[in-house]
Parts: sequence; C-alpha cells; structure tokens
Amino acid sequence: MAELAGTSHPGADPRLERPFYDSARRPPPALEELVALWRYRDLVVQLVRRDIVTRYKRSVLGVLWTLLNPLGTMLILTVVFSRAFAAGRSYPVYVLTGLLAWNFFAHTTVAAIRHLSSSGVLIRRIYLPRTIFAVAAVGIGLLNFLLGLVPLCGIMLVTGVPLRPSLLFLPVSIAALTAFTLGVGLLVSVLAVNFSDTAEIYGILLPALLYLTPIIYPRSILPATANWLIGANPIHHLIALFRTPLYEGRLPDPASGAVALGTAAAALVLGWLVFTARADRLASQI
Amino acid sequence: MAAAASPEPAICLEDVAVEFRVPHERVRSLKEYAIRALQNRVTWEERLAVRGVSFEVGRGEALGLIGPNGAGKSTLLKLIARVLRPSAGRVRVWGRVAPLLDYGAGFHPDLTGRENLYLNGTLLGLSRRALDASYERIVDFAEMRDFIDAPLRTYSSGMVARLGFAIATEQRPDILLMDEVLAVGDRTFQAKCMERFNAFRAGGTSVVLVSHDAQLVASACQRVAWIERGELVRIGPAAEVLGAYAERPLAGPALPAPRAPATASADPGGLGARRPAS
Repeated sequence: MAELAGTSHPGADPRLERPFYDSARRPPPALEELVALWRYRDLVVQLVRRDIVTRYKRSVLGVLWTLLNPLGTMLILTVVFSRAFAAGRSYPVYVLTGLLAWNFFAHTTVAAIRHLSSSGVLIRRIYLPRTIFAVAAVGIGLLNFLLGLVPLCGIMLVTGVPLRPSLLFLPVSIAALTAFTLGVGLLVSVLAVNFSDTAEIYGILLPALLYLTPIIYPRSILPATANWLIGANPIHHLIALFRTPLYEGRLPDPASGAVALGTAAAALVLGWLVFTARADRLASQI
Repeated sequence: MAAAASPEPAICLEDVAVEFRVPHERVRSLKEYAIRALQNRVTWEERLAVRGVSFEVGRGEALGLIGPNGAGKSTLLKLIARVLRPSAGRVRVWGRVAPLLDYGAGFHPDLTGRENLYLNGTLLGLSRRALDASYERIVDFAEMRDFIDAPLRTYSSGMVARLGFAIATEQRPDILLMDEVLAVGDRTFQAKCMERFNAFRAGGTSVVLVSHDAQLVASACQRVAWIERGELVRIGPAAEVLGAYAERPLAGPALPAPRAPATASADPGGLGARRPAS
C-alpha cells in the first residue's frame, strides 16, 4: 500500500552536482573519520577549552593544580622512597619523569572513556566525528603533560641533573606516547560503551600496570629473573623513551626505542581501525 | 535561485531500513560476555525501526513526517542527519544539513554564553572563523547582548533556546531538520523564528519537520508522509494525508502487515519499542 511518489531515479542526472552524502558510496570508515576529524578541528580546540575552563573556573589556584599534582606525588614518593631506592642519581627526577609520562597515559585514557560515554546526548542527536572525544581527551592530557615539563626542568636544575642535547629527542618520545595513548584511549572507550564494567576493570588494570613497570622504583631493584617481564612490557619502553633523554642525558637504546615506536604505531592503528569500524553503532548504543 | 519549482532532489531515500540489534538477554558486563561467548550463548535478534521507506524531498520543499510515537519518524531524521546509517537501502543528501533538534544539548552550564556559542557552533560543524564572522549577528538575533558573558546556568530556559536557535540558524542551510521544534521563546521571538524559517524556504532550503501538531504541519509543509511501525503508510499533499491520518482507526490498526517475516522480529507490535524516544 505504501506507494510512493518519485522513488525512481533513472541514472545520474547531469544537472546535479555530486551528492554531498551518499550512504551507498562511503569511503572506508577509517579514512572517512580522518577527513571528518580534520573538518571538525576547531571543535577539538573548543572541547579542550571547555574542559580546562570548567575544571578550574571556581578554584583558587586554577591551572596551577596541573603542575602541583605530579610535584606533590613526587615529593611524597621522594620522602618515602629516596632511601630505599637510592641506587641511581636524583630520585626525584627519576620518579617525576616516569610519573609525568605515566599520568599522561593513565589519566588521558580514563578521560577518553568518560568523555565518550558522557556524550551520548550529542552522539544520538547530531553528526560528529566520534573519535573527537578521545582526540580532545588526548589534547587536554598533552597540554597538562607539556605544562608539567616546566617544573620538571626546575627540579632537574635544583637536584643537579644536567640538561643535555639529548633533550632534542623528546618530541619523538612525546609523539610516540601521544599515539599510544590515543590508540589505547580509542580502544577502551569504545569497549566501555559496549560493556559497562570496562571502566572498573581498567581501573584495576592501570595500577597493576604501574607497579609492573619501573616507574616509581628503579629497574635495578628487581632480581635478574624479572628481566624478561620488564623487557616484554611495552609501557616500560615507552616510559624509557621519555625518561632516558632527560634522566640519563643520552638517547634511548635503539632496540628499546624500536619496541616503543612500534608499539605506539600499532596501538594507534589498531585503536583507530576498531573504533571507526564500530563508530556507526554508537548512536544506538550509548 | 529560480530553481524552486524544479524537481531537483535535496534528499532521496530508497528502500531504507534501519536495524537494531536487540540481545535476547541483556549482557552488559565484559565478564558475562566472555563467559557467554565461550559457551556460544551470545544471541540477539534484529528488529527493524524503519523498513522499506522511500521518498524524496525536492529543493525548497517542506515535508512533514507524522505518525504515532515510536513509528520511526525521528529515526528517519537521524538517517538524513547521518547520525544513523541505513542497514539496507540508500540515503542521499545534497547540501549542508542543519539539525534543529534539541537546543542546549551541547551547552555547558558553567561556560559563558559567548563560550557556549563557540562550543555549540563548532559542534554543529561550523568553523571558528565562520563563528567569528557571524558572532555579532547571532548575539543580536538571540537578544543576548547584555548577558553573553554571564554563565549559562544563570539563563532562563527561553534564553538558552533563543541562543541555540540563533546559532543553528545563523547560516541558511540547504536542508533543515526539525523535531517538534520550529519556533522558540515568547511570541515576539517565535515570530522572528517564523520569519527566518520563511526566508530560508524562499532561499531554497528544504525542510523535514517531525511533529504531532497537525495544524503546524499543515501550515508549514506542502507534502506529508505518514509513518507507522517503521513503514511509510502514505505520502502526498499535506491536506490529503493529514485528513487520512486523522480518520485512521485508533484501536490498533492491522496495517501494515509485516512483509518480510524472515528478517523482522515477527513481532510488529515490538517494532521501534527499543528505539530512543521519537
């Protein structure tokens, strides 16, 4: 009975420009998302802004908290552990470099879960590139991370750890950490939409990973039998990629560096592919 | 442009279906899923929120979508807005789409009106540069000049709606999607909304309006599509379809019979039951 007017479309009408959107002729989702994300790049800036402005709007110290947080943790850990872990040089610099990189990864991936699952209202109503929530979370995390480098340099000067030319390697380290964080953030956030206990499981996994990785303790305190475990932990190599140029003032070991870069690239590609393949279903799931 | 009378399409839906996967037992935890997956007990059924729907909206034309709650009207809007993808069939859309769905969805109470303007505008796909250029006009249209730097939580709901409307309609879109919203605010502001709406129509904007208000649909749309249980019951001139819809038997009409029991859930009453509010 439902007979319709004007359903048939005999071929391509030369008067028409190409359709702006054609559900039957879509580029691969991973590529389509990349183009959309670029078109919505101003939104990334707005989302980052929103987060920073709203978080600090009613606090006295404002953005300073971003700097004080890792510094406070470093101070506590130094007081507690500097005797126990006195093996290396400046323990504060050791722990602060590790914590900065770790916090960037851990806080950002948790934020990616929160951002995506709290955006249901938007995703159900308007079209947006859905990766934008993880990307914005990474943007916020990256900003905090970079700000944290300032007090780090101060601590290095105070504790007599020299700033060496190996610093110039840091952009590579930070890029790798960013790629890894975005990849994992995309994966866990899309998983969290499907399974509500993802956030809880991830919340247990993260501290476990923190203690499995030489971040607050030096690798030298571990027995030689644990070497394989540390070597197999990609997070360790990613942290080392950032820490070695600062703390030891030299370039990372090529083998360790290669593992770090490979892990970062693999995580990003995997996260992007999995997320974009499932993105269309988000509107009916969140 | 003088193309208003031409049959040039702006939206074209061909035999479109939207499927929802409804798990037989709701598995919400990863642990449970892993156990079930191991036992091969993850099962679901496909339900159709929309099926076999085809229609076209010409350039500058206004189409009204009517039908009971849960019929699939909002799902059709979401297909056009690219929020949902069709599981079958084809959706084509020519031009920029502006959704006028729910003002305030992208607003944050702690940000000022100005900050929200930029946030909301970029959420709708506008660039910062475009918003810079139209900032003054948006503020003036929304009559917000005195409050734009106050946090949004201090606004009345009418003010929020005005700001949302002003942002969403600042640039004439090629296609305007409206879900129960046409004019907002008090009477004078509603008149401004209608004025803008009519200017868009004159400029060649196509409109798809979902509404339960027969009078509004009759006044705003030339054609009306009656949707029920995910299917297109009837499409035609507004007066005709609205008349037929008003006279429909109210006690659970038997139409339309499920045409494809193989894919449908064989549970026509359940169609759209799982859908988000429409």
